[in-house]
Amino acid sequence: MLTYLAIIVTAIFVNNIVFAQFLGICPFIGVSKRIDSALGMGAAVTFVMAVATTVTTLLQDLILDPLGLGYIQTILFILVIAILVQMLEIIIRKISPSLYAALGVFLPLITTNCAVLGVAIIVTQRHYTLLASLTYAIATAIGFTMALLIFAGIRTRLDLVDIPRPMRGVPIALITAGLIAMAFMGFSGITIG
Amino acid sequence: MKPLSIIVNGLIRQNPTFVLILGMCPTLGTTSSAITGLSMGLATLFVLICSNAAISALAPLVPDKVRIPAYIIVIASFVTALQMIMQAYTPALYATLGIFIPLIVVNCILLGRAEAFASRNGVIASICDAIGIGLGFTLALALIGTLRELLGAGTVFGFTVYPDTYGSLLFILAPGAFIVLGFLIAIFNRITRKA
Repeated sequence: MLTYLAIIVTAIFVNNIVFAQFLGICPFIGVSKRIDSALGMGAAVTFVMAVATTVTTLLQDLILDPLGLGYIQTILFILVIAILVQMLEIIIRKISPSLYAALGVFLPLITTNCAVLGVAIIVTQRHYTLLASLTYAIATAIGFTMALLIFAGIRTRLDLVDIPRPMRGVPIALITAGLIAMAFMGFSGITIG
Repeated sequence: MKPLSIIVNGLIRQNPTFVLILGMCPTLGTTSSAITGLSMGLATLFVLICSNAAISALAPLVPDKVRIPAYIIVIASFVTALQMIMQAYTPALYATLGIFIPLIVVNCILLGRAEAFASRNGVIASICDAIGIGLGFTLALALIGTLRELLGAGTVFGFTVYPDTYGSLLFILAPGAFIVLGFLIAIFNRITRKA
């Protein structure tokens, strides 16, 4: 139980996917202008990351490792993620049109979200069990959503501030992210288990 | 367009890091020193040249509906080749860059150039475009890496400029990446708007 708690706390706070591992920066900068779109993106990423990591972990354990095909990991994983995102889009549209309306625009963007492929590869490098992989994927996605939400809150305030012209937009967003990353460094002392 | 003007266009006017603002993850994640930033840029340059050349040659044969998955497979194949080459010849560098080497697959610069340039232009022009954009990316990463290493550890490419006790470790850690890149983009904005 303690190992799972350690995985969760580490993935959300200590090694936050955005502020410490630099994955998923594009959606982090692109979709964090409003709080509701940040929430939508976060939910979509959580969903895709959980499903994709489960499938890729199973593929790694059942097919790639026994057959010694580890070298095609990159090609196989990106294919699986692309197919999964397409399938999820079709399934959600059929089953729940309201969920599709909320997540729909964000789903195609997720294929090129490097956090999804990143997590799939990280869990195979760490040789996590299936349950640990799933825990790590969901915790990472929660950390990503939290980062997006914090950032969206700050950016709505930034709109009201008089910022020097060359700093507007991406530069000030990056510097703000740097300051949040500094705050997140405070978590690095935490050790569990 | 002439080959040279395509290269210059990618290097400055459409610099992937400072103007198009693409491929942020490796830009931030691998620039803790000048040498890692430069190596990451060169790795991306290699894949970009190969994928742009292959895609511009294949583009007329690929049906329009499946072009994006086809491009991703082409890019992923070259990334896998790069992984094997680096594992064989530069294992230490491969370990340092770690997860960011396989993640070249999802670098938006590659798919972006495939879709915006290579699919509509000839092989030679596409290779020139890849060289320009790739060099622009490499120079940007090397610049960020140099600044972070200089501010953080007082060295440039491993050569001591001033004693590291005066350096601010912050610039080598995560926050420094965001802050240095933010200020560099702001400076680039200022200069290009004046011109």
